[in-house]
Amino acid sequence: MTPLAAILLRDMRIAIRVGGGALMGVLFFLVVVTLVPFALGPDLALLKRIGPAILWLAALLASLLALDRLFAADHDDGSLDLILMGRAPLEIVVAAKGLAHWLTTGLPLVIAAPLIGLFLNLDAPAAAALVLTLLVGTPALTFIGLIGAAIAVTLRRGGLLVAVLVLPLTVPVLIFGVAAANAAVVGPIPFGTPFTILCALTLASLVVGPFAAAAALRQEME
Amino acid sequence: MRLSASDLACRRGGRDVFAGVSFSVAAGESLTIRGRNGAGKSSLLRMVVGLVRIAGGSLALEGGDPELTVGEQAHYLGHLDALKPSLSVEENLRFWSTFLGATTVELAGPLAAVGLDALSDLPAAYLSAGQRRRLSIARLLAVKRPLWLLDEPTSTLDAAAQIRLGEIMRAHLVDGGIILAATHSALGLEDARELRLDHAYHSPLVGEGQGRGSSGSAQASTAAHHLATPTPNPSPQAGGEQQKS
Repeated sequence: MTPLAAILLRDMRIAIRVGGGALMGVLFFLVVVTLVPFALGPDLALLKRIGPAILWLAALLASLLALDRLFAADHDDGSLDLILMGRAPLEIVVAAKGLAHWLTTGLPLVIAAPLIGLFLNLDAPAAAALVLTLLVGTPALTFIGLIGAAIAVTLRRGGLLVAVLVLPLTVPVLIFGVAAANAAVVGPIPFGTPFTILCALTLASLVVGPFAAAAALRQEME
Repeated sequence: MRLSASDLACRRGGRDVFAGVSFSVAAGESLTIRGRNGAGKSSLLRMVVGLVRIAGGSLALEGGDPELTVGEQAHYLGHLDALKPSLSVEENLRFWSTFLGATTVELAGPLAAVGLDALSDLPAAYLSAGQRRRLSIARLLAVKRPLWLLDEPTSTLDAAAQIRLGEIMRAHLVDGGIILAATHSALGLEDARELRLDHAYHSPLVGEGQGRGSSGSAQASTAAHHLATPTPNPSPQAGGEQQKS
């Protein structure tokens, strides 16, 4: 097993054990989306129209939920020192931690989305399109969030700062994610146009996120 | 293999911590770093592994792997134990030995060496402070690295564990390793050389009572006497027995 597989496995193990953050994201997602029909009332047409937007907003907030502890936990117990002086490139370690975070918080959201979509009157084609946009878009949320998590690592109560730093950067992902989901449900633009841009945003964040986060971590350690 | 530092300076938070620190440690030798609180013992160790920027001077490991940095050939045992409470003793050690690049993952031996073999399935959350420290020490045994940097390694260890640590460190030295340890108490290394970080900086006893942060070039010159002399350690450590922690 390589060092990177080791850190991926360790982070996933910690996340799914007691006190880990994996279930929190899905529960938060479920609660927020469930509250919307209660607030708006049983207007099925309205719910169908705003459903993708609600699900995307909830997914965005849920994926930020456990993010502030991503590096802070390693910093507090001294693991980050050993990771920084290790032979594995820091950028790749950061990417492995991001992947572990997405697998334990982002992927469960994608899986839960079609079930929760029932509350918002999403039919099968709409749910399929939404799942596809979330599957492609949530990694971007995690990898952009890595930057905020790395910047806030030495701060006590850095959670709010992470949200303030990261949410503006996720606006493009939100716009094109919701646009693609809506295009599949109501039209009139074709699904492919916003979806391709969403893919591009994700690919860019997969590259930029680990490098920026690693640079922030190195800077802070000095 | 030889770790040598010449004229090292450390600056943290806009404050000069130490300057003019020089030492040279060869394979099989150990160096204990002493000094009062805030003298820069931990900073010096962190500087050697690359976690604190070197503000002046130079540091080199001769005879090491030229492809690797000093930190990548070193074990660093800091104040924090780098353990995850939700993982078991064995999982914690397995992670670090894989991450730190052990060629073969062998956990039973290191765990037995620190007396934790019976607890390998216990989550680290249930370990006492001394047991956590022993699990960190097992990391040094699970992955072979020539240079050990130990920051207060005996803190929280009981008398028997301190003797055990002394044996582990002596075995490492016999293997041709190098140990740098920052400590206030005796470590059980009889022929350890000593580096003292007490000097003019911030000391009211020296240099006509300058206050904190008033370090100038005059003090920097007085601080340049930090060469660790290769004389055997004076009597307080000669017994090699455990002391109060």
